[in-house]
Amino acid sequence: MTKAAGEPARSATSRLRLPGVMLYPMLDPTHQPAGRKPRVALFVTCIVDVMYPDVGMAAVSLLGEHGADVVFPEGQTCCGQPAFNSGRRPDARKIAVGFLDVFGPLVESGEVDAIVAPSGSCVAMVRHSYEILLAEARPKVRERAHRLAECTYELTEYLVDVLGVDSTDGRSDQRITYHACCHLLRDLGVDRQPRLLLEGLRDEEVIDLEGADECCGFGGMFALWNADISTEMGRRKARHLEASGADVVAVADVGCMTHMNGILTRDGHRCRAVHVAELLAKSDDSPS
Amino acid sequence: MKVDVEAPYRTRIRQALEDTDVRSAVNRAMGQLAERRERAVGAIDNERMRVDARAAREGAIRQLPNLLEEVERTLTENGSVVHWARDAGEANRIVVEIARARGVQSAVKSKSMVTEEIHLNKALEAAGIDVVETDLGEYIIQLADEPPSHLVAPVIHKRAEDISELFQERLGMEPSLDAAVMCDTARQVLRQRFLTADMGISGCNFAIAETGTVCLITNEGNGRMVTSLPPVHVVIAGIEKVVATPEDALLLWQAASRNATGQDVSVYFSMSSGPRRAGHPDGPEEMHVILLDNGRTRVLESGYADALLCIRCGACLDVCPVYREIGGHAYGATPYSGPIGSILTPLMADDMGATKDLPFASSLCGSCRDACPVRIDLPRLLLELRSEIVAEGQTSMAESATVKGLTLPMLGPRRYRWATRVAQRFGRLLGAASGYLSWLPPPLSAWTRSRVFPRPAAKTFRELWRDK
Repeated sequence: MTKAAGEPARSATSRLRLPGVMLYPMLDPTHQPAGRKPRVALFVTCIVDVMYPDVGMAAVSLLGEHGADVVFPEGQTCCGQPAFNSGRRPDARKIAVGFLDVFGPLVESGEVDAIVAPSGSCVAMVRHSYEILLAEARPKVRERAHRLAECTYELTEYLVDVLGVDSTDGRSDQRITYHACCHLLRDLGVDRQPRLLLEGLRDEEVIDLEGADECCGFGGMFALWNADISTEMGRRKARHLEASGADVVAVADVGCMTHMNGILTRDGHRCRAVHVAELLAKSDDSPS
Repeated sequence: MKVDVEAPYRTRIRQALEDTDVRSAVNRAMGQLAERRERAVGAIDNERMRVDARAAREGAIRQLPNLLEEVERTLTENGSVVHWARDAGEANRIVVEIARARGVQSAVKSKSMVTEEIHLNKALEAAGIDVVETDLGEYIIQLADEPPSHLVAPVIHKRAEDISELFQERLGMEPSLDAAVMCDTARQVLRQRFLTADMGISGCNFAIAETGTVCLITNEGNGRMVTSLPPVHVVIAGIEKVVATPEDALLLWQAASRNATGQDVSVYFSMSSGPRRAGHPDGPEEMHVILLDNGRTRVLESGYADALLCIRCGACLDVCPVYREIGGHAYGATPYSGPIGSILTPLMADDMGATKDLPFASSLCGSCRDACPVRIDLPRLLLELRSEIVAEGQTSMAESATVKGLTLPMLGPRRYRWATRVAQRFGRLLGAASGYLSWLPPPLSAWTRSRVFPRPAAKTFRELWRDK
């Protein structure tokens, strides 16, 4: 449609209207026509990429096993959360725009239906913090951020809520407990999903952990700038883990996992933190 | 070791973490407070109360100038004298002047954070006026010459043993750990003071604009005596304490009670609407209300209006995993500790630089946001403050360099690949057979002093993906 001379500039909503035709807004961005496999872009996150590639591979195999096609956009780096949480917004903004440039076109062209990350914290960044971080960005950038916020999911959230998974092939003989990572629980409201999937790992129930929803003390840069407080918080978590009698504590964020294992290992505890994806994807029972 | 609230941030944190007596006291008390609070908010439709409470507070802050004019008018109509104080110095001067005009020699106080904020006791003592705190917790810390360490429970950092020892030393109490005996000892002293005081000084939980009423939430009954027995009653209220209607005040009273102490409502809710009138059998002859700014307008104007919604219930402290480890004194020379203190203290300070560490003293876990009865998004305000502090160049070179070092590689795929390779080499170089590094160079040594760090993987995810 060409714009007639003198026609007033149109707003985003009026652009949707053609004469005599009503275009309905899509209610469920994840809705798939029958028979088409859901396509997912994996946002593996920087820490998983460099430190825990097995977590990324486990996520790929879980998504694949449950019917999704996975692509991995190679240009991706990080969501910008470390910079944002440190108060470095100009840097965070650049990193966020980089994220949008890598994933935006894939979503907008319909090449993928969703972006999935094995980290609640990074998803919370995209879903909630981009709006704050990019509040004064160009309208196109904001629109893109908004669009991606709607279709970026944490792994277990995507498996359960979108793919309808209620159990996986993973099996384990170990006594498992669950620590609810802060941003996953409080920013995304995801708690039922990982617990549901973990219940399928063995016949016994997931062990209750005292203070399961209390912060482990990681907090990103907080673990460095306030190392002593952070350590004390981690030791409290380690005491609760010890008391639970669990061999393994499942977590859905590798930052918290690194912190908990850093303390558990140094202080000689038996329990280890393992990412949920690794527990759910594999059936051998050795903690990594 | 006791925390010196005037010491620099790092020193305070170290002192706080080393003081095992205080930590165990705080730990035990916080557990009880949190449990009581949880039970009290769990018993009602808490989400609805939060929405309503926020609406009441937001409405008040939105129309603050109008409500302040209204409350000045209604207070005056009720016979109170209204004073405006720009800062702590002005407020203290006004109180001392009122005291001098009436020949006041002794004053009793009910618990008030705003008077801690302006250090009123020091000003009164300097003017030769004998002032005594009548809230039991405040009385204890006054005897110990310490600042409060919690918004609601000022003496939460002390164990029963500490209090007993203090009472034996200062009040001649027989050795006992029985709470009833200790309370009785304090009561003996305080009763006498109530009856002889020339002036009562209180804070203000809510100032109702519509009716010109000052509301006080207390549990010991001391507030009622402070506001009604002495011939002069002086109220000090932050300007943000104004609410529109009695209904709003009663709603917020419930929100504060459930969240502060886990009660349905507090034992006392004192409403003072002016001095004694003709025909009244009791009440003060004079009532003064000092409306204090002390940085609040600046908070409002700098875009942090949400921080002024706070009703000082302390819920954010009670659920804070950081506060639980370090206690209130680690937050420095401020009566406002915990998450809300880390926001209010720098915002209200004349020089934000001196308190710049506070907004970073949070893991951003979000518990405070979920607990807050007026739904203040505390992590978001902390993040705003952090970005302001960084933008003003207030962070140290080391901090800046570390964050830059860790974030700049993320700015593009090529730098990212390069940095990844460096990390891998470095990991191999330092690598232990266990796969864990127990030493990293500064500033990352802050991690490895108490925690091991995993070695970067031999192959990154993207390498594994390519090989697939």
